[in-house]
Amino acid sequence: MSTPQARIACGAGFAADRTAPAVDLVERGGLDAIALECLGERTVALAALRRLTDPAGGFDPMLGKRMRALLEPLHRTGTRLVTNAGAADPVGAARMVRALGAELGTPTTVAAVTGDDVLDRIDRTAPAWEDGLPLEAHGELVSANAYIGVDALLPALETPASVVVAGRAADPSLFLAPLVHTLGWDTADWTRMAAGTLVGHLLECAGQVTGGYFADPARKPVPGLADLGYPLAEVGADGTAVVTKLPGTGGRVDRMTVVEQLTYEVTDPRGYLTPDVTLDMGAVTVTDTGGDRVAVRGARGRPRPPDLKVSVGYRAGFRGEGEIGYAGAGALARARLAAEVVRERLSGVLDRLRVDLVGHSALHGEALAAGAEPYECRLRVAGLAADRATAEAVGEEVSALYTAGPAGGGGLRTATEEVIGVLSTTIPRERVETGVVVLEGGAGR
Amino acid sequence: MRVRLYDVAHARAGDKGNLNTISLIPYDPAWYPALCAAVTPEAVAAHLADRVAGPVVRHRLNNLAALIFVCPRAPEDTVTTSLHLDAHGKSLSSALLELEVEVEVEVEPEAEAEAAAEAPGGLG
Repeated sequence: MSTPQARIACGAGFAADRTAPAVDLVERGGLDAIALECLGERTVALAALRRLTDPAGGFDPMLGKRMRALLEPLHRTGTRLVTNAGAADPVGAARMVRALGAELGTPTTVAAVTGDDVLDRIDRTAPAWEDGLPLEAHGELVSANAYIGVDALLPALETPASVVVAGRAADPSLFLAPLVHTLGWDTADWTRMAAGTLVGHLLECAGQVTGGYFADPARKPVPGLADLGYPLAEVGADGTAVVTKLPGTGGRVDRMTVVEQLTYEVTDPRGYLTPDVTLDMGAVTVTDTGGDRVAVRGARGRPRPPDLKVSVGYRAGFRGEGEIGYAGAGALARARLAAEVVRERLSGVLDRLRVDLVGHSALHGEALAAGAEPYECRLRVAGLAADRATAEAVGEEVSALYTAGPAGGGGLRTATEEVIGVLSTTIPRERVETGVVVLEGGAGR
Repeated sequence: MRVRLYDVAHARAGDKGNLNTISLIPYDPAWYPALCAAVTPEAVAAHLADRVAGPVVRHRLNNLAALIFVCPRAPEDTVTTSLHLDAHGKSLSSALLELEVEVEVEVEPEAEAEAAAEAPGGLG
């Protein structure tokens, strides 16, 4: 491959990810940019709901903690950071980061990327991808966020901002945008957009390409998992890339870890859609050159899709849950009896009810569990209802198993929570207007 | 010969809405043709019927010697509204690896196949 020209890393792959590996990457990575991917399908909807009652609740609650650890090393090394942790309030998040920079003595100019919130302009009668029913038929809609891409992020990178905070930017775009900016790529060069998107796809789940979510002691051990290093990529001007990690960190980067991540959450490898390109992985090759280095090349691109995907959050009712454990001889039989009793007591009360035997058949069902007799077994009951009081009946009936159920139940846990469901739809690209708000770094708050 | 997938391949499950993707990757790429022949979408759908509503779609990535199975769950079984303990379906990778299949092709011994796996580009 050509001489590396851009070095980009991933410091977080989901909202609750670890922070220390990101600090290490900024300190020792010699990076042009680091991206933090912190939004799941439902995270924006939950943030939008929090913001209704807490003006500071609209962005990722862990962003402050992450930036407190990262701002000084970012400042010292001249590394830029791009994140989607702005969730439902990128401008609020940017204000917080700017204030934190002033507090820490590392004045930081922050750019917020706006415009992904499209709740006021989606077609509420459009069918949801998941079930084909109109969006509005599912319940009160509380959020709608379009997956925005490189064309929204690039204007922020063209400002002096060292931190760029977006909301629902597509995960690979968080990586592609700094690559386009650093390497001077043309965003209509579909081959390079595809190559950079593939890099973003491989990095976006952080440790999942360096040995996280991979270890099985019997078949595929991972050294130093507790000190798992997160990934960085060296990307050439032609888009070929080497995925690697910092020396001295735990984990492994090889053909196996890279192919597992390359295939992760890909529903069509020959038509992987992002806001930026249609990526065809059909001719991609990976070359494991040893030493935790894997070269990736061969991505092909076709024009970007005309519509953007939208995640729509809606109030889906309340979920009640209860668990209780049984152990020793006959544990499974007593858990089964408890399941029958709760089913009978909750018959007709909830809209949906599910009863599981954790430690036996909860994850994969009775057929795969057949014949195994666990030492301990946990009854789990979950139900969905339109209102909180009805959902609470699940926890109440599982609790009642203490005195009015089988012998030896212990370890009771109950919970009831509102459920924010997420549906998917699309919006024509031209209906989404993105913008950038720059907050100059300075001493003031 | 009859093989359990766990003994010859690794897998990773991901989720999108009410879909799971599950990849299946042989440790030794020499096993790839045999897995393509034996691990059909229908076999996967039947094996995962507890959770997967079907029909399952299979994608082949010959350059990478990897298969991707796209597995639809019930419409209400989305990651956000599921009542399952594993709402994402992430553990389904382990369920797939429990599948036993009849392999008709004679697969080369692992020692020889490792050399083949290191050839540039793997299986073309």
